[in-house]
Amino acid sequence: MIKIKNAKVLRKGIYFRELNILLALIILSFGITIINPRFLSSFNLQIIARQVAIFGLLAIGETLVIIGGGIDLSVGSLVALTGVLVALFMKNGLSITISILIVLLISSLVGLWHGLFVTKLKVPPFIITLGTLTAARGLASVITKGWPIIGLPERFFFIGQGDIFGIPFPLIILILFAFIAFFITKYTVLGRQLYATGGNIEAARLSGIDVDKRRIFTYVSSSFLAGITGIIIASRLSQGQAGVGGGYELSAIAAAVIGGTSLSGGEGTILGTLIGAAIMSVIYNGLILLEISSYWHDVVMGLVIVTAVTLDIWRKRKRI
Amino acid sequence: MGQELILKMEKISKAFPGVQALSKVDLEVYKGEILALVGENGAGKSTLMKILTGVYTKDEGKIIFKGKEIEPKNPHHAQQLGISMIYQEFNLVPNLDIATNIFLGNEPKRGKFLKVFDIKKAFKESEKLLEMIGLNISPDILIKDLTIAQQQMVEIAKALALKSELIIMDEPTSALAGKEVAKLFEIMKRLKNEGISIIFITHRLEEVFQIADRIVVLRDGQRVGELTCEENKIDEVIKLMVGRDVRVSPRIESKVDNVILEVKNLSSHAIKNINFSLRKGEVLGIAGLVGSGRTEIVRALFGADPKISGEIYIDGQKVEIKSPKDAVQLGIGLVPEDRKLQGLILSMALHENLSLPSLPSMFSNGIINFKREYKLVEDFVNRLRIRTPHIFQVVNNLSGGNQQKVVVAKWLALKPKVLILDEPTRGIDVGAKAEIHNLISELAKEGIGIILISSELPEILALSDRIIIISKGKITGELRREEANQEKIMQYAII
Amino acid sequence: MRNRVSRRPLTQVFKFQRIQEIGILLILFILSLFLSIATPTFLTSTNIFNILRAFSWIAISAFGISMVIITGGIDLSVGSVMALSGLITAMMLRANLGDFLSILGGLLIGAFVGFINGLLVSKANLPPFVATLGTMSIARGFCYGLTGGWPVRELPRSFMFWGQYDIPILGIGIPLPVVVMIILGIVVSLFLNRTVWGYKIYAVGGNEQAARLSGINTGRIKLLVYTLCGLLTAVGGLLMTARLGVAAPTAASGYELDIIASAVIGGTSLTGGEGTILGVLIGAAIMQVLRTGMVLLGFPAYWQPSAIGAIIILAIMFDQYRKKKMGLLR
Repeated sequence: MIKIKNAKVLRKGIYFRELNILLALIILSFGITIINPRFLSSFNLQIIARQVAIFGLLAIGETLVIIGGGIDLSVGSLVALTGVLVALFMKNGLSITISILIVLLISSLVGLWHGLFVTKLKVPPFIITLGTLTAARGLASVITKGWPIIGLPERFFFIGQGDIFGIPFPLIILILFAFIAFFITKYTVLGRQLYATGGNIEAARLSGIDVDKRRIFTYVSSSFLAGITGIIIASRLSQGQAGVGGGYELSAIAAAVIGGTSLSGGEGTILGTLIGAAIMSVIYNGLILLEISSYWHDVVMGLVIVTAVTLDIWRKRKRI
Repeated sequence: MGQELILKMEKISKAFPGVQALSKVDLEVYKGEILALVGENGAGKSTLMKILTGVYTKDEGKIIFKGKEIEPKNPHHAQQLGISMIYQEFNLVPNLDIATNIFLGNEPKRGKFLKVFDIKKAFKESEKLLEMIGLNISPDILIKDLTIAQQQMVEIAKALALKSELIIMDEPTSALAGKEVAKLFEIMKRLKNEGISIIFITHRLEEVFQIADRIVVLRDGQRVGELTCEENKIDEVIKLMVGRDVRVSPRIESKVDNVILEVKNLSSHAIKNINFSLRKGEVLGIAGLVGSGRTEIVRALFGADPKISGEIYIDGQKVEIKSPKDAVQLGIGLVPEDRKLQGLILSMALHENLSLPSLPSMFSNGIINFKREYKLVEDFVNRLRIRTPHIFQVVNNLSGGNQQKVVVAKWLALKPKVLILDEPTRGIDVGAKAEIHNLISELAKEGIGIILISSELPEILALSDRIIIISKGKITGELRREEANQEKIMQYAII
Repeated sequence: MRNRVSRRPLTQVFKFQRIQEIGILLILFILSLFLSIATPTFLTSTNIFNILRAFSWIAISAFGISMVIITGGIDLSVGSVMALSGLITAMMLRANLGDFLSILGGLLIGAFVGFINGLLVSKANLPPFVATLGTMSIARGFCYGLTGGWPVRELPRSFMFWGQYDIPILGIGIPLPVVVMIILGIVVSLFLNRTVWGYKIYAVGGNEQAARLSGINTGRIKLLVYTLCGLLTAVGGLLMTARLGVAAPTAASGYELDIIASAVIGGTSLTGGEGTILGVLIGAAIMQVLRTGMVLLGFPAYWQPSAIGAIIILAIMFDQYRKKKMGLLR
């Protein structure tokens, strides 16, 4: 007879991989501290926390998309577009709340657009989101005409710059959304169906799951979170800038993959992704502390993603 | 026959995790002979052939080909040695022409450095080969424009281009109609006269006696017998294959009640005007050759393929089934034909697979109560005797039979009104097979309406109350349990 | 059975699926006709040659990417590789290494990035779009890192000759990049249709399993196509740099979309196994005519990416529709 008794013990084993990457994070931080002790200063930790919030939010969305068997290359550009839009709306006299709501609606619609193309027209996800990557960045430049949108209301800056009991506000936003995503992936029918869809779309469909709706949900979530991130960045910079978020899609994908999300779909955890986002932020921060020219950052990010994916594939091959 | 021996396989053994697929199997083939290799699914035929063609490596034993010991490393190596295999799923490139496919990997070349593909030569040679096998079409036609039968001929031509002396044909007739089969046999005889040896793997025993010189029977990974074809004793072959006289214990009769499912004028891309009904507690068998449209009927019914026309009634009510989701909500379950590709999510755990269809109805607020989920899964694991260390085992690590039980269990958990089983016992071991058969009887007794598709006629005959036979996408016959037998079914199936 | 099969004359067999190409040629023709009527400037020889010159480097890179797509892969790094190869050549020229060495250096760096892509895809088994997304970022990063963000100017005349010289043929000055494009188009087309490698490339994309069982080393074929794609893209990058006379680290960003679009519009199927160089050439021409047309019609420049995106999607949808009709997809 099969008993549940050992269920808890077995479930614990699943956290093992997260422990491994947590260890990697600690070693990495330790290494950077030795080279530059300023790493552990409270000022720097605040900076890292705000960076984690940005990478984390994008990576959570990316994780959902990848679990569902897709990919979203548009998040970096969408961050720029939504940041510019929220600034534009406020500049034109809309209230902060209304501006934010409209921007979140627009970004969700972009996600819906991606989802519909992927599911109904069967356009490969990397193509349609690559299209948005170019188009959203272009649109952001059209709106700003190369100049940042400044002169935003003071109260808006709290979102990106404020803190509550010393905890940066963006981090609180991250924790909120991470909790929601964690709950969805782990404890809901929707979450289970997402994993099933990414794991084997045909089997999931034949099990009575509306796989198209599930996938559309992931793209909408990803774009929505990119919208949130765009608003945070605009608030942090006190302006709407068309140039922000370049290459963030890579960091988000890398964070997800480092955190154990499999690019072939059906696997990944929010906890792992959060640690992955922390690792990416520490690497970013380390590059600055080690005074490596920002021109080389793209190279490092490219190397990190290629390495992370290669390791993931080797790990799988070993398991089989 | 007293002829020259071309192949001798000695004491071949092969184990997979959990299964001894082959134990000490001997096989010999003479020059210019057609040898039929028969056995049930999972008897080890294809494993033995995959060892011969280098797909698998043997654990022990010897392969002697043309007097020399060989160790085929991969199919290409085996081809170079003179052994070609024609697989069930064809290995042709659809968007290239016949000549290029025939010479793929074996191209006639001109020039040393640039390696120009010698089209003229490839065409000339192809024309010769096509003529030799009696296929009168031009070699510049693309593969995707050919019929299945013609594609098969191209495969044979490809084997000939490689100067193969031994050709293995895995179920070559399964997708062919009567006339095409006759033509294939003609070609096989022609090859035989040219001195080429053929190993012929098939399920259709009648064919074996038509064409083969000798029959070797495998069962559970062992060679259990050899007959010459002159003896013409199908019963004896069946007895050897099964190891007992009756293969499937006839099921317990269940009380057949009123109609729960009625299908009218169902058509899709592969089927035309299908009408049938199913009663509560009834097992309806669907028989037909592979590719006849059996699977497509249930896929269209289940909403997996788009319908062109058709009405479906459940309990007398007209229903709309546009997607599998609709079907599931109406209480229809489908155990699909390909367990790994369509039935399971291999990367997920047993419990996640088993509860997948039931989740929405079990937890209507969308939040999973793990205790209730585990309880449900445990109940079914115990009831179906699924052998697993714990319910969190990743399904990929279960044996084929247990995987299939998980697929059946995931539908039973939904308490379906109608359960469709498409080849439920394909590729699973004898013990698990018997358990699935008993389960089908039990479920019918509980009042579930069951639609059973199977290529194994004895299975259909033993389990069904009624059998409909499909050919070329249409129903060609219906037989009641009392009047059905293999011959009658085959007659309808090849119309 | 026999008469169900459509017979094709021998001359049409080898990938010159003419009907499809005539279709897109017709689209090109109608588009040009429309623009000639709608705008007075379209049908001037200056404009035509500007179009030809501008699309030549895109087309050359598209030749490469179409080979990659035929094997069932994708290369997102082409835009970055164009910029990097141009930049390397420019920097070598400024270091007075001479034209020959500098051009060789630029070409080799392109082939090298392509080779790395090939290794990542065939040996490390990375999904092609992730591997090339990574190298896209790395190559672009090198562009910034090596230059500190500043463009490299003042290239020698002898180098700019390659982008700016017009060869007088029959009294008309044909831009040199266009001649290079035509020559490379013929070479690649012959390579795909006449050599053993070409057949293997189609076979890998058409049915990889069958290709492997026929003894084709599919990994090596992939390595080859990604390397060739890198090399051809570098040729495009050098011609672009020679034409513009300056190598900017931001050059050619977003070109991957144009290049992929050219291939897809030209009938290269993203699912692999299909595509012709002639089609790609027409595809690239359509892209450039559209681009120029949008400018001439006063379409805002920033909207162009959206328009291109829409065109790619239309092309993919058409491809899907065609496949469905032929019964390849269910």
